[in-house]
Amino acid sequence: MKVGVVLFPGTNCELDVQWAVEQLGGEAVLLWHGDATVSGVDAVVVPGGFAHGDYLRTGAIARFSPVMDAVGDFAAAGGPVVGICNGFQVITEAGLLPGALQKNAGLTFVCDTAALRVETTRTALTNLATVGDVLRIPINHFEGNYVCDAETLAALRAEDRIVVRYVDNPNGSLDDIAGICNEAGNVVGLMPHPERASDPLLGSDDGVVLLRSLLAAADEQARTRT
Amino acid sequence: MRFAIRIDVTHVPGVLDPQGATVERALPALGYTNVGAVSIAKTIRLQLDADSEAAALAQVDEMCHKLLANPVIERYTVAFEELV
Repeated sequence: MKVGVVLFPGTNCELDVQWAVEQLGGEAVLLWHGDATVSGVDAVVVPGGFAHGDYLRTGAIARFSPVMDAVGDFAAAGGPVVGICNGFQVITEAGLLPGALQKNAGLTFVCDTAALRVETTRTALTNLATVGDVLRIPINHFEGNYVCDAETLAALRAEDRIVVRYVDNPNGSLDDIAGICNEAGNVVGLMPHPERASDPLLGSDDGVVLLRSLLAAADEQARTRT
Repeated sequence: MRFAIRIDVTHVPGVLDPQGATVERALPALGYTNVGAVSIAKTIRLQLDADSEAAALAQVDEMCHKLLANPVIERYTVAFEELV
């Protein structure tokens, strides 16, 4: 079972994600954005950073990297895909999730620890969590303000696709949304960084339940391959 | 033929424009209390070679849909400019 971690020019969280996965006994490999394959992995993480300098719009250019076609195919076939922070921005630009991430409402870069409430456990990132769990997970972003039209919001709510909400909204995000998923629950995007809450030494290991959920989803994916 | 094109990418009205809102709040501090509806947009200029204005416009529309504007939060207008 292997987790692939995508690396664009300007990505800076790929090694943290790799470390966090390996701490939990998983195996992680880096997927260079220029390669048109996900190399047979069982889960894909699109990590945080500033892919292509956030030029034009966050994630706008990264979504056209060759690897993203393979990520799209992998997601369409049911494979677990998690976009963290800039990764969430990339996968919304790529159309794997609806809506967009705007500049924070207060127009300041927010670097803080956020309390997140788990809203559903039917996703690749929350299958081992419990609804109502409050997890302390770092956020670190200038464009984390989730927006979508009224129709999309209604669908997200009706279909149980809001994955985590902020207890104390730090950026003006619609409906306090910190993370959402697709219809099948295998593609999840969230602004907070679970890999930065993966060890008590980091101040919180509340991200472990999310990472373990992803590894469980990857295991499931690996079983379907054999 | 070579065309010079200007694309203005603007926010969808109704979607929060934090930059516009912040500038609007800053102006009264300078004594301008009669200003509202501030929005901040993006201008992209480019030149492209096409057989006709219509062909150029069609290509610009395609490029806007694919990359230059995000339809969830942005709209765009296209204008031809003097080729210099």
